Amino acid sequence: METLKLSALPEQSKQQPINHGRFEAYVDNGGTVMAVAGKDYCVIAGDTRMSDGGYGIQTRHYTKVFQLTNKCVLATSGMQADTIALQKRLKLMLETYQKEHGKPMSTPAIAQFLSNTLYYKRFFPYYTFNLVAGVDEKGEGWIWTYDAVGSHERVKYSSQGSGNQLVIPLLDNQVAKRNQQIIQGNGDVSCDQVVSFVKDAITSAGERDIYTGDFADIVVVDKDGVRWEKFELKLD
Amino acid sequence: MSFEHINFPVFGQVDYFGKQSQQQLQPQQQYTPSHGGKKNTLDPIVTGTSIIAIKYDKGVVMGSDMLLSYGSLARFNSIQRMTKFGGNTIIGASGEYSDFQSITTTLNELVTDDHCMDDGSRLSPEEIWNYLARILYNQRNKGNPLWNTCVVIGYQGGKSFLGKVDLVGTCFKEDIVTCGYGSHIALPLLRKARDDNPNMNLEQAKKLIEDCLRVLFYRDARSSKKIQIAVAGEQGIDISGPIELETYNWNSGEAAVKNFSQV
Repeated sequence: METLKLSALPEQSKQQPINHGRFEAYVDNGGTVMAVAGKDYCVIAGDTRMSDGGYGIQTRHYTKVFQLTNKCVLATSGMQADTIALQKRLKLMLETYQKEHGKPMSTPAIAQFLSNTLYYKRFFPYYTFNLVAGVDEKGEGWIWTYDAVGSHERVKYSSQGSGNQLVIPLLDNQVAKRNQQIIQGNGDVSCDQVVSFVKDAITSAGERDIYTGDFADIVVVDKDGVRWEKFELKLD
Repeated sequence: MSFEHINFPVFGQVDYFGKQSQQQLQPQQQYTPSHGGKKNTLDPIVTGTSIIAIKYDKGVVMGSDMLLSYGSLARFNSIQRMTKFGGNTIIGASGEYSDFQSITTTLNELVTDDHCMDDGSRLSPEEIWNYLARILYNQRNKGNPLWNTCVVIGYQGGKSFLGKVDLVGTCFKEDIVTCGYGSHIALPLLRKARDDNPNMNLEQAKKLIEDCLRVLFYRDARSSKKIQIAVAGEQGIDISGPIELETYNWNSGEAAVKNFSQV
C-alpha cells in the first residue's frame, strides 16, 4: 500500500538541485597499445588516434609510444593529459638516474619504477594504462603490463587500451598457441613475422573499435636499439 | 590540558625555546564565515563559444565571434576573445571568460619576465602553449580548473604553430583545431576544404574561416555574427577589427503588417 503523503512540501526528489554538468577531472581519450616479446626483441604497436571522450577525433597524429631508453619503450593509452604528465615525470627521473649513475636505468628497474610512480598517486591516479616493453640485461625481450594504480605483471605479450578485448584473444591464440589442436614448430618466431602479425592485430582492432584507427606506430626494440615504423590504419 | 599555571620545570613539559610565550604573542587565527571557504570554478558563468583555426601555406588563421553569453542570455556582444602574447603568439579562448582573463594576466607575466631577460631570445608559440598546458593541468589537479579551451596560434622563424589545450590539460598540435560547437559543425567543413586544397593561401583560409563562422552562426544558438579573424604569418601577428558577417536576411515578417491604420 502506498504511504499517504501529508506534507504540503514538494517531494524530496523534486528538491534536488539541478545537475549542471559537474567538473570531470578524467577523460578517456581511447586508443590501443599492444606488445609482443620474442627471444631477443620486442615489438610494440600503438595507434595514433586521440578521441575527445565521445565520438569526436581530436587528432589523428598523437603517438602513444614513448622511448625511455635505448632498450626500453613505454606505450600508454587512457587519458592524454595524464600520459603527458607521466612521461615528463619518467623522463626527468631517468635523466637524473643517468647523471647520478653514469648509465641508463635497466629495463626491469624502469618497470618497477613505473609501478612505484603509479602507486604514489594511488588516491588520485594517473588514468593511464601502460605497457613497458624492452630487453633486459641478458638481451631477452619482456613486457610489463600495468593497471592505473601500479599493479603489474611481467609477461611475453599484452595489450592495453580501448581495443584490448579484441587483441588479447588473438595474442592468446597466435602467440601463446592457446586452444590450438595442432601446434607446429617450437614456438620461436622471427621478429619480421611478429611485426606482420602485430600489424594485422591492430588493423583488426581498428575495424571494430571506434577509438582505434588513423595510423599505427610499430616499434621494434632489440640489442641494436629502437626502430620506428609508421603504418596506416583506417581513418573512419 | 594546560600547563600554564606551572612555573617550575616538569619532566617532558619544559618549554626550552619559549614556544608557549611566542604563541601567545601571535594574534589568534579566527574563522570568519564572511570570508567563506575555498572557491572553485565548478561550472562556467560568462562563456564564449567556438574558436576555430586552420593552417594555410605560410601561416595560421584563427577566427572567433565576439559574444559572451550568460547562460542563454547574450550578455556582452563586443568582446575580443583572442589576445596577443609577445610578438609571435595569439591565444583564443572559449569557455569561462574570467578564467581567460586570469590566464592572460599569468601569461603576460611570463612574457614580461622573458622580455626583461634581454637575451635576444623570445618565447616561441610552442613554449607558451606548453606553459599554458602545464597551468591548466596543474589547476585541474587541484580540482579548481580554469574552464577554458584555448587555441594557440603563432609564427616564428619561418615556422607556423597551431595547438590546443583544454581544461583538463589535454594538449596537442594539429593543422586544424576547433572547440565547442565548432568541433561538430566547423571541423568537418575545414577538414574537407583542406583535403580538397592542401596548399591554400591566406585569402582562401580567411574566407574559409569566415564561411565556417557563418555556418556556426546559423546553427549555434550561443554565437553571434560579429566576428574577428586573427592571422599569424610572415607579416607577423594581427587580430582584425570587428567584422559583421554577411548573412541571410530574415525580413519575411516585415511585410505582414506595415501600416496599422489599414488593419
